[in-house]
Amino acid sequence: MDVMEKLTILTDAAKYDAACTSSGASRGSRPGYIGNTSSAMAGCCHSFSADGRCVTLLKVLMTNCCVYDCKYCVNRCSNDTRRAAFTPEELADLTIQFYRRNYIEGLFLSSGVMVSPDYTTERMIRCLDLLRNRYCFNGYIHAKAIPGTDPELIQRLGLLADRLSVNIELPSEEGLRTLAPNKTRKAIFRPMGLITSTLRENKEELVKYRHTPRFAPAGQSTQMIIGATPDSDRHILSLTQALYDKYRLKRVFYSAYVPVVESSLLPSVDTKPPLLREHRLYQADWLLRFYGFQAEELLDEDDPNFNPLVDPKCSWALKHPAFFPVEVNTAGREELLRVPGIGTVSAGRILCARRARKLEHEDLRKLGVVMKRAQYFITCKGKVLDGLCLRPDSVLRSLTALERAALPASEGQQLSLFDPA
Amino acid sequence: MEVIYRYDGSLEGFLCCVFDSYVNKELPAEFQDEAHLVPSLFPARWVGTDLRHAQRILVSLEKIDPWAQELVVKGFLTCAPDREMLLYRFIRALYSVGRPLLRRLSDDAVLPLLQAVRHLDGEVHLLKGFVRFSEFEGMLAGEIRPKNRVLPLLRRHFCSRFYNETFLLYDRTHREALVHQNGKWAIMPLDSFQMAAPSAAEAQYRRLWKRFYDTIEIKERHNPKLRRTHMPQRYWDTMTEFQGEDYFTAADSGAPEPAALAEGPGGSAPAPLLRPPAAPPSPTPGP
Repeated sequence: MDVMEKLTILTDAAKYDAACTSSGASRGSRPGYIGNTSSAMAGCCHSFSADGRCVTLLKVLMTNCCVYDCKYCVNRCSNDTRRAAFTPEELADLTIQFYRRNYIEGLFLSSGVMVSPDYTTERMIRCLDLLRNRYCFNGYIHAKAIPGTDPELIQRLGLLADRLSVNIELPSEEGLRTLAPNKTRKAIFRPMGLITSTLRENKEELVKYRHTPRFAPAGQSTQMIIGATPDSDRHILSLTQALYDKYRLKRVFYSAYVPVVESSLLPSVDTKPPLLREHRLYQADWLLRFYGFQAEELLDEDDPNFNPLVDPKCSWALKHPAFFPVEVNTAGREELLRVPGIGTVSAGRILCARRARKLEHEDLRKLGVVMKRAQYFITCKGKVLDGLCLRPDSVLRSLTALERAALPASEGQQLSLFDPA
Repeated sequence: MEVIYRYDGSLEGFLCCVFDSYVNKELPAEFQDEAHLVPSLFPARWVGTDLRHAQRILVSLEKIDPWAQELVVKGFLTCAPDREMLLYRFIRALYSVGRPLLRRLSDDAVLPLLQAVRHLDGEVHLLKGFVRFSEFEGMLAGEIRPKNRVLPLLRRHFCSRFYNETFLLYDRTHREALVHQNGKWAIMPLDSFQMAAPSAAEAQYRRLWKRFYDTIEIKERHNPKLRRTHMPQRYWDTMTEFQGEDYFTAADSGAPEPAALAEGPGGSAPAPLLRPPAAPPSPTPGP
């Protein structure tokens, strides 16, 4: 089998992994080595595929042979699909040649479980070792840690990679039991905890000895599949919050379930991937990480799922009328960040600009505040924007109308798809 | 009396215009680049470039705030049609108000410049990812068609990333090229540049990339509008994944080198477009 075919099979098998970021690691160039990870602050997207997802890393599997039989997965052993495996040399050459042409920011290496987790991880280590030490690759590497791998191997993997991730796969224990019989919640959280503690130790050592080899400098991330099990948004978001707080994860990714197989345990094959739900979860994820929100604030027991019509921040704002209006000229950063239409950048600009002089509504627009949303929730010098109707139902109606245009395009197409049938 | 200032089109030249306008106590009605002279009713004044005058302006800006200097240097690289006027208004206001001006983010003397610089920074960020190189006998060459003059800002990124490579990045809009070899670089004007046909190996890597790009899409999530939002279509024509069939077929053996590379990047660097970078521009000692 030639490289072209292998690349096709192993890309196709890896594409459902959501994580494709290159942020968090900052390593300058080294003489004799190729590449750096200096575009670190925001990551660097090298392309966008026709589904609008970014292509940053060469995202492939080492092999798609797998001994596990997870029901939701294309690579499960009971699926009749073509199998392939890269040799370490083939993969290293592809990575280097793509990297030199600036096609990619680095390598995302995952793998099906061949023989055993240890065996698979050893193969991945061999490949990364070749890439780092013989091909002198100094760019970004994201590697998957496979649950059940020996801690020492994970340690070695982390010294070669910039970021490690362990996939949670399904948000609940029941989901795992029915759909991924070879995986348990405990087995997944063990390597995650191990990586967290190693990261902490490594940080302490770096303080003492500057030249300590760095373990996964870009931290760890995870992803879970949305919509394959009946878990509520509230459950997913609380889990996310716990992962950020307890395991110090850098990112939690959500992947809308794309039906790949007919099974009585799964949504039917004609189900559309729940893209809007995924979108709302990502919006909420941002609120947790950058806006100082807590999961419990966004969703409660009576209302365990997000409103599809308005974004989570608007929906929080509508439920807490007592918090508003916020006076732009005096409110603190935390308060500003709670206003729909004000983001981290525009909040920063407001804080800067208002020290020069008091701000008016017109100034806010120039500072990049989305006034279509923010106008209902703010005052400038104590004044609400002229001629604005603030009855709760009319506010909700206008906010919903704004959102309609911004909804993912596929949601709009969904309706038309039913017509021909 | 309003006057038109004509200068040589360089940042230093423009700063001398600013200098002269203070010396002569006049408000320039317009700035004209030597290369784009337009007849006008106003009297014109030719401003010669005196590097000491330019340096004095730059230093005075830095004393007010390093960010002010950065805005002016970057502002000159933007594609705003009236960038000289924007910059002039900004500098004048800065001299009269001082540092607090930099907080007036919605001020008419500041906002248009900020927006132009944001547009430039955005394009630089996107192009760090969207630039595509091709290999010709060990050398890399790529071309872009940006709106702003991004090469001075892309330089540090690519020279650091491809430290051991010899490469040429051609800006088709502004007809200049960034060349890098052995840790030395230069940005030089280059009137034409034609990429040679690919070798067999190069064509194969292009095909592999195209295949990867086509395969990574999840068909059930197809969303071309989202793709255009993240990656505006104007960047597509220089990206490997959107090229026609010819692009992926190798030339016969003995493909000629790209003409531009034959000149070699040994030439002396033109006046630095940015304030002297942390690493000395050229020549830097090799590894």
